[in-house]
Amino acid sequence: MSESLRNDGRVWVPKRKEDREKAPGEIPETDRDYYLERKYPSYGNLAPRDISSRAAKEVCDEGRGVGPGGRGVYLDFADAIKRLGKNVIRERYGNLFEVYEKITGEDAYKRPMRIYPAVHYTMGGLWVDYNLMSNVPGLFVIGEANFSDHGANRLGASALMQGLGDGYFILPYTLPNYLAGQMGKRPPDDSPEFHKAEAEVRARVKKMLDIDGKRSLDSIHRELGLLLWDKCGMSRHAKGLREALVKIPELRETFWREVRVPGNDEDFNQSLERAGRVADFLEFAELMCTDALARNESCGAHFREEHQTPEGEALRDDEKHAAVFAWEFQGDGQLASPKLHREPLHFETVHLTQRSYK
Amino acid sequence: MNFRLRVWRQPNAKARGKLVDYEARDISPNTSFLEMLDILNDNLLGRGEEPIAFDSDCREGICGVCSLTINGEAHGPDHPGAVCELYMRKFRDGATIIVEPFRVRSFPIIKDLVIDRRALDRIVQAGGFISARAGSAPEANSIPIPKHDADLAMEAAACIGCGACAAACPNGSAMLFTAAKVSHLSLLPQGNPERVARVLKMVQVMDAEGFGNCTNTYECEAVCPAEISASFIAKLNREYARASLRRGAGE
Repeated sequence: MSESLRNDGRVWVPKRKEDREKAPGEIPETDRDYYLERKYPSYGNLAPRDISSRAAKEVCDEGRGVGPGGRGVYLDFADAIKRLGKNVIRERYGNLFEVYEKITGEDAYKRPMRIYPAVHYTMGGLWVDYNLMSNVPGLFVIGEANFSDHGANRLGASALMQGLGDGYFILPYTLPNYLAGQMGKRPPDDSPEFHKAEAEVRARVKKMLDIDGKRSLDSIHRELGLLLWDKCGMSRHAKGLREALVKIPELRETFWREVRVPGNDEDFNQSLERAGRVADFLEFAELMCTDALARNESCGAHFREEHQTPEGEALRDDEKHAAVFAWEFQGDGQLASPKLHREPLHFETVHLTQRSYK
Repeated sequence: MNFRLRVWRQPNAKARGKLVDYEARDISPNTSFLEMLDILNDNLLGRGEEPIAFDSDCREGICGVCSLTINGEAHGPDHPGAVCELYMRKFRDGATIIVEPFRVRSFPIIKDLVIDRRALDRIVQAGGFISARAGSAPEANSIPIPKHDADLAMEAAACIGCGACAAACPNGSAMLFTAAKVSHLSLLPQGNPERVARVLKMVQVMDAEGFGNCTNTYECEAVCPAEISASFIAKLNREYARASLRRGAGE
C-alpha cells in the first residue's frame, strides 16, 4: 500500500499474543498497542519509514503480528472516519482502498488494513558525476537509477523529486553539451571492442541455455530473496552479512551449474530474459552485502544491530563513515573484491546530528 | 480452488495458434490471476513443457503491460482493473476459464499471450507530448488553471495505455486511448502551443495503424482499468473538428 495512508491511519497490534487471531473489532481499545504512538509520541504514525518498518518487524517477531502467517500490523482508519467522515477519507485515499479490497477482499472502511514492510528499492545506484554521466563516457544515468540524491533512507516521494530534478533541471544542459562534442561521429560497429563485447554476450547466453540442469530459475531467485531478507534486510549484523557473503557465491555457482532455462535464443524467450536478470541479481546481492559489511555503523535504513543507541535507534559513526561508498566493478570472477572509492560528505550549512522522533 | 484453463498457445507471429487445456489445482482464493499463471508455468517447467508466455511488469495496475482477454472480456470480469488486479476469488471453484491475448488487428501476437502494442506508442509519438523550455522552473502562480480543467485533465491522464479499449471494441478502435491523450494535453495551457497539430497528427496515425472508428458502443469505457469516460471521445471529435476548421481557414 502507499505510505501516504499513514497520514490518517493509526498503526496497532494486540497487546497480547493470544489476541492475534481475534477479529480486530473484538479487541477493545485497552487491549491494543498503538506502538508507534507509544514509542514516538511526537511523530507517532508518521515516524520515518525505516523506524516504522523496524518497529513493525519487532512486534511481529514478538508473535503479535496479525493475519495469516503473523506478518502484519493493523492500519486503522476508524478514528479518521469518525473525525473527518467517510467521504473525506474516500476523496483522499479512495483508489487505495479499492486496491486493498481487490487484493484482500476486505473493506478497509470497516476493518483495519493489514500491512507489513517490504523491500522496494536499494538505497543506491550507479555512480555519476555532476553532469549525471557515469564512468562510462556517454552513459547518463538519471532518476533513482543513480546514487546522487536520496541518501541512506529514501524519503517519501524521492522518486518523483529525483526524476523531475534530473530530467527538468540538469539533463537539458548536460546531455546536449556531451552530444555537441559527438556531432557527425558514430560509434563504429566493426571495431575489435564491439566484436569482443558481442562475442561475450553471445557466449554468456549460450552458456545459460546449455546448462540444462534441474533447478528452476524461480527456486534460485526465491532462495536468494530469502537469504537477503534474512541477512541484509531491515536490520543486519556483521556475522549474518559474512554468512551471506559465503552463501551468495555458492548460490551463484549453483546457478551456473544447475539452472534450467528452456527455449532458445532465436525466438521470443521470457525465461532467458529472466535468467539474465537473476544472474545480475546474484552479482548485485553480493555487492549489497559487501557494502553493508563495510559500512560499520548504522545509517538511515542501513541498521546494523551492533550499532544502536541504548534506546534502540540507529547510531552513526560520522568520524569514519560520513562518506559515499562507490564500488568499482573489477570484472567477472573478482566479485568479492570490487574496489572501494570513498567520497567524503561535506555539510556546510546544516550539520549532522543524532535524530530523535520521541 | 481448482480450475480448468483453456489457454491460447501460439509459438510465434506466423504460426497458427490454438487453445490448449490445462488444470490449475489447489489455488488459494487470495492468488492473483497472474500468480496463478506463474504457478501453472512452474508446473509446466517441472514437466519439461514450455511455459506460457504472458506480459506483466508492475503488477499493481499502473504500467498497463498485462493484457489478457479472460472469458471474452478484456482484463477479465472484475472491472475496473487490469488483469494483475484480478484475484481468483472472483471465479467459481471448478470453473473453466478461457485465456486469450487482446484480439486487435493492430496488435499482432508475438507469442502465446504476448502482443505487440507499439501502434499505441506511434500514436503518442505523433503528438502526445508538449514542448517545454526545461532547465528553470516557471513561476507556478503565473499560469492559472481552473480546478475543473485540472481535474478533467487528471482523469484523462489516468490512462495507462493498456489497449483494452481497442480489444473490447467491435471495430478495434483506439479512440478512447487517443481521446485520453489528446484531452489530457489540450485541457492544460502547457499543451496549447501544439493543440491543432497534435490532434490532427495523432488521429492520422491512429487511422494509418489500422484502428477502427467509434460507433458509440461504449465497450471501451466498460473495460477501461483507469475508468476513462467515453465522453472524452466526444471531446476528441470536437478537438479534431476545431483543428480541421482552423487548418482549413489557413492557420
